[in-house]
Amino acid sequence: MQYTVDKNGYYGQFGGAYVPEMLFPNVEELETQYLAICQSAEFQAEFAALLRDYVGRPTPLYLARRLSERYRTQVYLKREDLNHTGAHKINNTIGQILLAKRLGKRRIIAETGAGQHGVATATVCALMGLPCVVYMGEVDMARQRPNVERMRMLGAEVRPATSGSRTLKDATNEAIRDWINHPDDTHYIIGSVVGPHPYPDMVARFQSVISQEVRQQLAAQTGRELPDYVLACVGGGSNAAGAFYHFLDEPGVQLIGLEAAGQGVDTGHSAATTVLGRPGILHGSKSLLMQTPDGQVVEPYSISAGLDYPGIGPLHAHLFTSGRALFCPITDEEAMQAGLLCSRLEGIIPAIETAHAFAYLEKLNAQPHETVVICCSGRGDKDLQTYINWLDGQPVGH
Amino acid sequence: MQTSVAPNRLADLLAQKTNLLNIYFTAGYPRLTDTVPILESLARAGADVIEIGMPYSDPLADGPTIQQSSQQAIDNGMTLRLLFEQLRGIRARVQTPLILMGYLNPVLQFGIEAFCQAAAEVGVDGLILPDLPLAEYETEYRPVFQRYGLSNIFLITPQTSEARIRRIDALSDSFIYLVSSASTTGAKAGLTTEQLAYFERIRAMQLRTPQLIGFGIADHASFARACAYAHGAIIGSAFIKLLAASQNLPADIERFVRDVKGA
Repeated sequence: MQYTVDKNGYYGQFGGAYVPEMLFPNVEELETQYLAICQSAEFQAEFAALLRDYVGRPTPLYLARRLSERYRTQVYLKREDLNHTGAHKINNTIGQILLAKRLGKRRIIAETGAGQHGVATATVCALMGLPCVVYMGEVDMARQRPNVERMRMLGAEVRPATSGSRTLKDATNEAIRDWINHPDDTHYIIGSVVGPHPYPDMVARFQSVISQEVRQQLAAQTGRELPDYVLACVGGGSNAAGAFYHFLDEPGVQLIGLEAAGQGVDTGHSAATTVLGRPGILHGSKSLLMQTPDGQVVEPYSISAGLDYPGIGPLHAHLFTSGRALFCPITDEEAMQAGLLCSRLEGIIPAIETAHAFAYLEKLNAQPHETVVICCSGRGDKDLQTYINWLDGQPVGH
Repeated sequence: MQTSVAPNRLADLLAQKTNLLNIYFTAGYPRLTDTVPILESLARAGADVIEIGMPYSDPLADGPTIQQSSQQAIDNGMTLRLLFEQLRGIRARVQTPLILMGYLNPVLQFGIEAFCQAAAEVGVDGLILPDLPLAEYETEYRPVFQRYGLSNIFLITPQTSEARIRRIDALSDSFIYLVSSASTTGAKAGLTTEQLAYFERIRAMQLRTPQLIGFGIADHASFARACAYAHGAIIGSAFIKLLAASQNLPADIERFVRDVKGA
């Protein structure tokens, strides 16, 4: 079984490039050039240097002793929260900004949900001196206020997406429409493993540094480079794609993606795409999609803005349908409890997105000798208000 | 095996007439039951081609006007199944060529074969599905479309390469939708000299397929200008704005078509 993208841009039955003609030249330009550019020695050298000196890589792989004791197994945290800007998102934005420069682009656009990708994009635009417009759902702008202010401080313009559910899906629509209106000078930095081919593959490659480092670090720390389990949260699925990438062809490694069940998969307030979705097309690729019987996209719900998305990357749809990876829904309640537990046991306040991955420790039943790697994808500073409201027993969410 | 499209109303019209006015409206908008009355008013008023929008929750190629009409139509309860019910029997009253325009996902969920069959049964002549990739059309969709006599209408834009335009020209069997500028629908009004140069460039390519120009066409002046370079032109957002503001749809639609045509 092949888990990476094929020459036509598909992962099994999922993927492709379902874009209006207005975007075809841009997508084709990327498709024909991304591999040659990204695999060139000079690109690789600049990418590696920036990841090291600017982002702070490699990020630690940390044996979480108190979590390990509690769950009677070996829990390792891949500390993507320690990256510059506080999440894994910057691995991808560094890669894409270097690509955009080589394509001669002079303007950058992005969508953002929780704001982590928006901040990471605004950051690399400041670094490279390029103007940056970030689209963000109006609802998300309210619940992730600190990140809106960070983007503005970094010189980006944050434009509210006011259509639909006013969250990540709608921000992505607006970014795509911007790209249609500015085809010549603009590069669209998509933040997840979604969108038309080659975006899912390109973003997965930039994020694959996560699992590349995990292999080396595990080997150095335990003498075994393969863990038994890798856990990562999945909205579109970029941190999961990066955490899974170098283990895809290692059948002994159980890959587990944790989706946002929201208030519960049966409540109508959920974002658990593998449970609730059917094959469909959104944002330029065929994947699993939450939709009505008539094919209208359903408005998802999650307490976490970064997982509040009705689709999933085509790679993950393929991993799910082929059985290579397991996907499990985690409710708001389970995620918040796990976030608070991790804070108290390890002194690490995770992003609420990330907390969905920690919550699976309650269900995993790993053996004492087994190794569990959790992709600690982001830090929770942006979520303090949501955590505080939760602790005060106040209603949260939209 | 039959490989050519059965001659349909669209091909006949294109062979006989120029200065064609194609008007787009969203099915089920402003009210759920307005689809057929609007269609009949357009036909009576003299629209040459009528493009019926199948509303979708995430219309990527459309600007705010058509996004809002689509959302309103969905909120009103419009579905593909209902649209086909509304259109049943329309051919007894309307002979104008009809096109269905929309996005691929609702069509996929309906089922390609079932969709084409339903469209052919009510008398649809052509389809515009902007997010249907050309390669997928060639390999998977074309045989089905042809079996039901449905013409697929491709878009080209100022950024489309000459080689790709030639390929689209070879695959087209009614008209090519010439998108006048790099934009979503309703984004830019009027036609600039830069756009006229682009129309000139396309005209010089001497394509076998006639073209209709869309995006930025809103009134008689822009319609007449576009017609100087192509077989006709398409109006969408400007007509949706009229529908949104109208207190008397039949009278306003009649006046709109007459004014645009300058008759």
